[in-house]
Amino acid sequence: MTTMNVIVCVKQIPDPATPGSLGPDNTLKRDGKLILDESDSYGVEMALQLVDAAGGGEVSLVSMAPNGEVSGLRTALAMGAAKGTLVSDPALQGSDALTTAKVLGAAIQTMGAFDLVIAATESSDGYTGTVPEQLAEVLGLPSVTFAKKVTISGGTLEANRQTEDGFDEVTCPLPAVISVTAGVVEPRYPSFKGIMAAKSKPIETVTAGDLGVTPVGWAGAGQRVVSITQAEARAAGEIIEDDGEGFAKIVSYLENLKVI
Amino acid sequence: MNIWVFSQEAGGAPTTATLELLTKARSLSSSVGGDVTAFVGGDASALAASLGEHGATKVYATGDLAGKLPGVAVSAAMKAVIDGGDSPDLIMFPQTAEGRDVMSRLSVKLDRTVLTNNVDISVDGGLVSVTTPIFGGNVLVATSFSGAGPFIAAFRPKSFTAESAGGAAAVVTAAPVPELGSTGAAQVVAVHVEATSGPKLDEAAIVVSGGRGLGEAANYELVETLAKLLAGAPGASRAIVDAGWVPYSYQVGQTGKVVKPGVYIACGISGATQHMVGMKGSKNIIAINKDKEAPIFGIADLGIVGDVHKVLPKLIEALQSRG
Repeated sequence: MTTMNVIVCVKQIPDPATPGSLGPDNTLKRDGKLILDESDSYGVEMALQLVDAAGGGEVSLVSMAPNGEVSGLRTALAMGAAKGTLVSDPALQGSDALTTAKVLGAAIQTMGAFDLVIAATESSDGYTGTVPEQLAEVLGLPSVTFAKKVTISGGTLEANRQTEDGFDEVTCPLPAVISVTAGVVEPRYPSFKGIMAAKSKPIETVTAGDLGVTPVGWAGAGQRVVSITQAEARAAGEIIEDDGEGFAKIVSYLENLKVI
Repeated sequence: MNIWVFSQEAGGAPTTATLELLTKARSLSSSVGGDVTAFVGGDASALAASLGEHGATKVYATGDLAGKLPGVAVSAAMKAVIDGGDSPDLIMFPQTAEGRDVMSRLSVKLDRTVLTNNVDISVDGGLVSVTTPIFGGNVLVATSFSGAGPFIAAFRPKSFTAESAGGAAAVVTAAPVPELGSTGAAQVVAVHVEATSGPKLDEAAIVVSGGRGLGEAANYELVETLAKLLAGAPGASRAIVDAGWVPYSYQVGQTGKVVKPGVYIACGISGATQHMVGMKGSKNIIAINKDKEAPIFGIADLGIVGDVHKVLPKLIEALQSRG
């Protein structure tokens, strides 16, 4: 039996079903209930499967939030992760992606030995998409981004990496950082037993100061919002209910454009 | 202002997104002074003429990456040139998978922020600002870099128009990948190309896309048939790519292709933010969806509130009968 310890980066985001808005400091409002980013549920599932396949080890979570929100972490714990580390600090408000990677990297260094770090390709709220590869560089590790199929054999990771035209087969020794695409595995639903067990699983909360990462938040961000404007709206179109002849409307529309 | 453009190649020529950025870099540098340099991860001998025509006076080329992934390899080559004394003020990247990986590694090496998903850039004295659409493109945020350069920014394809200025072929200088150590240990061992037919999704004059409203994978055939009849390309929402109905190369949206065809036909797509940012620039948008509250109708020029399973077969039959 081998063991496999996997750390999954997870983000807690405002529910994407409700329209987003900006706060007075021009950051996305994240003051309501936060949920586990669906993109991260694939990484959690993959980590659980890899640990199962190895026959031992555990899945740990790492997350960062300006407030002490843990509901998204509890969802991932209910899926089967063993424990979590949350970097929670009001000073993190306004942090850019580079600072986020430095903070996550410093937190991961406190979490003990690991074989693999998994992140989603990008978050569903900020979608900067740079953190996984920045994190690999911060940790000084090799990485495989856009992994859509991952297996581990004899201490080496084998992945199919999504490309513009198809995919590449890539090998990479461990420890490593990977980013996974959505749809790579089918995330399990937490069972009732899992939800109950998650309530007593440990979440360690630390601050950016505890980790020795400074400056963070606005002070550390190499960027400043200078203006916010409404984009020019498209003119309203013609919306009709299909009465069985809706297709004919499309045909005449295409005729008018001279494309048929 | 000296500008580098991370330049990508496809089929032996620079990608259109690369030429768009070179064109923009040329116009920025001609107004404030400075040079435009193309930085190629690979061999540049076949690209130098086209890169020069579009504004680059110099090309750095790493040479063959020998199976190393571009993120770690090209960023290390860039850092080596910068450490050698040639440091740009701004580095522009196409918002592509490779562009994103290279800029991410580089940002840590240089300890500089990255600004992604941009559609415009302006330079006012020393102040460099980029524009990013958020909330599905309804709101535009202008952000300026603070602190010292090099500033690192990525731009979505089709943000600028590629135009040749008739410049001479750019001079190619070698920028070899330095020893990467264990961080460069990932290795490509095989390359698979998924076959596609018809026009390319991001170049087609007509795009027909399907979403979850199609109900099941087998119904995607309706989308393919319609696309073929219109000599267009079939596309997809992220939902059905994630569900495994069609390959990722079909995906239109934030994480997929940005398309701006003459006609975009959305079939059973509700219009999630992530999809809309990839197709909102289409000249004419036709939407078929059974939910009249679907956000896609907010940007459609012609919207049919109805069942795609009824509307599409009739539409296909009508087009077929025209011959």
